[in-house]
Amino acid sequence: MVTNLHFPASPTMSGGQTPLFSGNDWDFDTIRRIHDACEKIAGEELGLSWYPNQIEIITAEQMLDAYASIGMPLFYKHWSFGKHFAQHEAGYRRGMMGLAYEIVINSDPCISYIMEENTATMQTLVIAHAAFGHNHFFKNNYLFKQWTDTEGILDYLDFAKGFITRCEERYGHHAVEQVLDAAHALMSQGVHRYPRKKRPDLASEQRRERERAEHGEQIYNDLWRTLPQKSAGLRPDAALERRKALLELPQENLLYFLEKAAPRLRPWQREILRIVRLVAQYFYPQRQTKVMNEGCATYCHYRIMNSLSEKGLIGEAAYLEFLQSHTNVVRQPNYNERGYGGHNPYAIGFAMMQDIARIVEQPTEEDREWFPEIAGTGDAMATLRDIWANYRDESFLAQFLSPKLMRDMRLFHVVDNPSESELRVEAIHDERGYRKLRRSFARQYDVAWLDPDIEVIDVDLEGDRRLIVHHKALNRITLQADDARRVLQHLADLWGYDAVLREIDPATDAVLVEHHAAARPIFF
Amino acid sequence: MHIVDRRLNPGGKSLPNRQRFLRRVKDMAQRAVRESAREKDIKDLGKDGRVTVPGDGVREPRFSRQSGTGLQDYILPGNKTYVEGDRIERPPGGGGGKGSGQGGEGSENSEDAFNFVLTRDEFLELFLEDLELPDLAKRRLSIVETEGLRRAGYTVSGSPANLALTRTLRNSMSRRIALKRPKPEEIAELEGRIAEADIGDPRLPDMRLALEALRERTKRIPYVDPIDLRYRRFEPYPRPIAQAVMFCLMDVSGSMTEHMKDLAKRFYILLHIFLTRRYRHVEIVFIRHTDKATEVDEETFFGSRETGGTLVSSALVEMKRVITERYDPNDWNIYAAQASDGDNVSSDGPTSTELLRAHILPACQHFAYLEVGDENGPRAGFVEHRTTLWRTYEALAKSGGAIAMRKVNHRRDIYPVFRELFGRKDARAEAEA
Repeated sequence: MVTNLHFPASPTMSGGQTPLFSGNDWDFDTIRRIHDACEKIAGEELGLSWYPNQIEIITAEQMLDAYASIGMPLFYKHWSFGKHFAQHEAGYRRGMMGLAYEIVINSDPCISYIMEENTATMQTLVIAHAAFGHNHFFKNNYLFKQWTDTEGILDYLDFAKGFITRCEERYGHHAVEQVLDAAHALMSQGVHRYPRKKRPDLASEQRRERERAEHGEQIYNDLWRTLPQKSAGLRPDAALERRKALLELPQENLLYFLEKAAPRLRPWQREILRIVRLVAQYFYPQRQTKVMNEGCATYCHYRIMNSLSEKGLIGEAAYLEFLQSHTNVVRQPNYNERGYGGHNPYAIGFAMMQDIARIVEQPTEEDREWFPEIAGTGDAMATLRDIWANYRDESFLAQFLSPKLMRDMRLFHVVDNPSESELRVEAIHDERGYRKLRRSFARQYDVAWLDPDIEVIDVDLEGDRRLIVHHKALNRITLQADDARRVLQHLADLWGYDAVLREIDPATDAVLVEHHAAARPIFF
Repeated sequence: MHIVDRRLNPGGKSLPNRQRFLRRVKDMAQRAVRESAREKDIKDLGKDGRVTVPGDGVREPRFSRQSGTGLQDYILPGNKTYVEGDRIERPPGGGGGKGSGQGGEGSENSEDAFNFVLTRDEFLELFLEDLELPDLAKRRLSIVETEGLRRAGYTVSGSPANLALTRTLRNSMSRRIALKRPKPEEIAELEGRIAEADIGDPRLPDMRLALEALRERTKRIPYVDPIDLRYRRFEPYPRPIAQAVMFCLMDVSGSMTEHMKDLAKRFYILLHIFLTRRYRHVEIVFIRHTDKATEVDEETFFGSRETGGTLVSSALVEMKRVITERYDPNDWNIYAAQASDGDNVSSDGPTSTELLRAHILPACQHFAYLEVGDENGPRAGFVEHRTTLWRTYEALAKSGGAIAMRKVNHRRDIYPVFRELFGRKDARAEAEA
């Protein structure tokens, strides 16, 4: 079912311009014309801004290659990528899986891969989608600005690839593979979720010291001297506090912690951990903006394609072909339909962008009440651009999911509490449910809520050096036990001594499960 | 905006990853390959190299939260029936809830077993690993198939592409030093002094003369002289290629059923695949016989049916003739495989033994006799019958003839028998010990 898409009636060929192409065939000149036409609309009508585009035409095999190395044009070698390649290839060969029409890389210039098999219409769609939609998002969204270095990423990957190859030559494939295996297992625990405190340099330390002294002088009052003092002597846990401070504990970035503090790793092993960690960090914003990113790109391609059609730059046949693949992309099956595989980020994203445009341009009374800041302001693109720049999925949904859309999608919230014998419908799309529904829906896109919250709590460097890791089991949801044991084994191997993982119920501080692992002597 | 056409970039970018992956699953893949060889037609061997390995070795564990524990929330689209507070029966198969079914199922099942497709080369590599040809390098290596090139010092003439720059400039420098070619700095310095000097300076004419002399010398002693030039020299050398010929001998008399021929064919195909992996150049000679033998092409060999008696020695005579005529044992690695149901005229025994002992076996690297039997094997209750030919060859083998003999009744036995015949010696010795 298409949720709430309504397409304008077949547009008239009133523009009077000659179409960019006819039929399915294209050549480089066509691609250039398509790009220039899209660029004009993206700039003049949508007011987008983007990194310079680089469009690369690739074959199906190269697309599979790109899949295997998580979309990057160059990457280090590891067996798991070979495994993914074999998986995708088998799926593709049997016709079970279609390949993506494009892959776009968040770099400057922005690289879009497009497949040679695409028809001219699909190339137009893909260019509008990736080279302008995604590209605008990459360039403007605050998360990408904060966390990714678009100019440096390709150079860094080149360095990483070379470094790992050199390590393989020097220390053997097997040794490098073991480090990478362990690092990959911890990859999703290898990101900084908040900007770290910068280590202060001497100058700023001195300045702060001076300021503190001045402040002390300003507020000096002799009275304080007369207050009774606390009993002297160090607090008993001062040593512990100091150790934790030195090791920056608790630390949720496990790879960072191991890279800096694991006692027995060799420098090249630390460097590999660092490479894996930085790659994970580079992809971190993408996970947080899936709905927005796709919503933005889909909305852009929809606007651009319609505008092209109105100007007569694409023919009716092409327009219908576009509509067909567009509706496929934004299809959201109901929960009880065959083929339901969770929420389709394209569908939600696109529906919300459409809905926001509607609220801005033709608000109802309900919209004015719910969205007083944007309802009826009139300039949809300005509002959308602002949203695309300043939100991520969780905050975006929490703020802009409208009651009308919840009604259209007929959302409802089911709670599965293991202590009850039945599932309970917590909220549906009605007056009482809107806010509850929206809050819990937004939470489903909050990575901090989705990812297990795992932290290094302590390590006794002067004692048995056991690494203590805690998982705060939110809602008492524990880790998948088998995998957790395996990952903990990798963690212990890297650390070089025993490791223990405790799953803790944050409400009661009770330990739910405890896993142990002893280091195997494989790295040393 | 740039458009880059990447389609012509060399493919196989992911190949190193694949090699690493295969190395990791090698043991498991090998087992899977051998299993599949037992089931499959040997003709199609490696054509569809789909293998399944247990997912354990290629598992990529991550910390993930387990569905079905603790309090889970699901937000679902498409509600048409429920209102707030409704109770829904827990769907069967754990508390996965409606939405989470896919996630859990997919990831767990796919880890249980991992499917992938091997290329023909990869398949054969695993398939034939640790098999070995007996006495591989005994023969003189001959037939020059290619000429290799190798570096052989320097020469004073050659093509510009082979110019050895370092060597040339080294020569040029020593010549320039020896002949005292003025350095550009000297000339520049002198020019500077002339430029600075006053018009009336008495040293000026001398300096001008000196400068002239320097320039003249520079002109006469070139920077690089043809005499300095050195080229890298390459010389061709013959790269010897080992070559082999494979003799397929088969009894095609009426007593050989289609099933028996099929068994024989499978064995020959395996042998051929194996030889082509080890030798760059392999020829095959097909000799079929009833009571007389002829050399035929492959199609006739397997296809046509003859009637008549059975005289094994006729095939051996024919083989001897072909060897003498075309395949000098000094130049060729000769392999022979004979397939028969074991019938032979009993008076032919001594003749065959003598032929083998005196002529064939000394010329061969390996002579395998494969006795093919009925699909049902020796019938139960009967003492295993020893055929005429088997007895003949057994006696020969006991008296020291290098002949390998095996019996095969069913096609599933072909590959194990083949492995037995060609298994690596040390491995086999270990297994027996």
